[in-house]
Amino acid sequence: MQYMLLIYGDEAGLAKTTPEQMTEMMGAYRVFTEALVAAGALVTADRLQPVANATTVRTTNGAMQLHDGPFAETKEQLGGYYLIEAPDLDAALGWAKKCPGAARGSVEVRPVFAMPAG
Amino acid sequence: MSGEARQAAERLARDRYGRLLSVLAASSRDIASAEDALADALTAALRDWPASGVPRSPEAWLLTVARRRLIDGARRRQSADAALEQLAWLTEGAAAPLEAGFPDARLKLLFVCAHPSIDPAVRAPLMLQVVLGFSAEAIAPLFLAPPARLSQRLVRAKRKLREAGAAFRVPEEEELPERLDAVLDAIYALFTQGWALPFEDRERRAELASDALWLGRLTASLTGERPEAMGLLALMLHAWARDKARRDAHGRYVPLSEQDPALWDHALIGEAEAIILRATRHASPGRFQFEAAIQSAHAARRLSGRTDWPAILRLHDGLVAISGSPAAAINRCVALAEVHGPGVACLELEALGGDSRLDAYQPYWAALAEMRGRTGDGAGAEYAFDRAIALQADPAARDFLIGRRARLRGLGSTRR
Repeated sequence: MQYMLLIYGDEAGLAKTTPEQMTEMMGAYRVFTEALVAAGALVTADRLQPVANATTVRTTNGAMQLHDGPFAETKEQLGGYYLIEAPDLDAALGWAKKCPGAARGSVEVRPVFAMPAG
Repeated sequence: MSGEARQAAERLARDRYGRLLSVLAASSRDIASAEDALADALTAALRDWPASGVPRSPEAWLLTVARRRLIDGARRRQSADAALEQLAWLTEGAAAPLEAGFPDARLKLLFVCAHPSIDPAVRAPLMLQVVLGFSAEAIAPLFLAPPARLSQRLVRAKRKLREAGAAFRVPEEEELPERLDAVLDAIYALFTQGWALPFEDRERRAELASDALWLGRLTASLTGERPEAMGLLALMLHAWARDKARRDAHGRYVPLSEQDPALWDHALIGEAEAIILRATRHASPGRFQFEAAIQSAHAARRLSGRTDWPAILRLHDGLVAISGSPAAAINRCVALAEVHGPGVACLELEALGGDSRLDAYQPYWAALAEMRGRTGDGAGAEYAFDRAIALQADPAARDFLIGRRARLRGLGSTRR
């Protein structure tokens, strides 16, 4: 079964990190990613650019509109994700606990709908 | 014959529901579908057994029919891949001998119900309903929740466990602590449910107690003898060891202090004592260990002929400090009265009365009645006895309280 680990964090706080802290964080993510690869659990993963670069498309009263910024203003923003393969929710939660994002902000674990084969 | 068959089916539905459901859910990994399949199988039993007779192994019959329903359901509902995977689980379960399926299916399911992805407030009700076979109507009052709302939350929890793919197994060492407490609470609820049944319902009481003891033993051994799991087991063993002494030859209620230790089950007490000793070596005290130690101190009367109340009071102090529950505070007052007299105990009980949760709590009124009587507050004791008697469901225990009240009245009249 596939699970999406959605990593949320405070972008404003992240902007204030020193280059040393940033290097350390990137290192932690690299170790985590390598562990997923070694376990054969990684499907795909990406880091997202800040919400300042986001544009939202939505339909209001039948008219499609574009607007600057994320869908909702929140204290923590979606900053990246891992799509993983895990035998069950418990295993996925185990990975989420090891994700560096869980130590700084929060990691939401969402089961992915299994699409019918073929 | 047909009446017998119907009774057999109904008895299984009542007594074996939790076991059967656990075996089914542990192999299908889907509690809600397992419930539907078991309900179908029980309906089929009510229809077929009166004509064909009760099968030689009724439980195996029900499981076979229910498994067939689950397989049909899985075929209908799911995509080819997922259905194949589920069929593999189901047939694996079917191949396993019946008895081999029982030992840990219920325990496994208890731990699933305590899954961290489930709202903590729903975990205990979920366990009581799914694993121990209580109805939502029976559970709702225990958790002060409207039955309809509770049912809805239980349905949602079961759906989440299935759809999010919760693992159906006893958790790993590192996940145990966060789940164990809820499991122990549910096992203890099963035990006390049996304990509270009318004494005459001997067979049903013995069955609930042996189920709880069995789950308690299994939990203690499968969790590497966690101190609190052992504490709960010892507590239940101590209580059950005194079961026969709770009534005299005429069926009258006998309070602990007046029980004849010769009637206690000394083998069970010995087992409980050995378990407590092993638990305390971990030096990690908890609620159940304190409660077991209190029982152990009472049981020591079988050897010494007397009750060491100061020691019991110290254990109650520890329990109140760790649990903070009003029930623990009430029990402590009873020990307090034995050590420092009823006056102090009465004052503390009156102070607890500010907690509105105690308005309908029978042991509070029984303790208060006793203390008021001993301190000479006849009118206050009379009122508390009336409350305690009205709240007592067990006829023998009610008769005992009525006797105490009558004695209090007698004392009042001789003094006059």
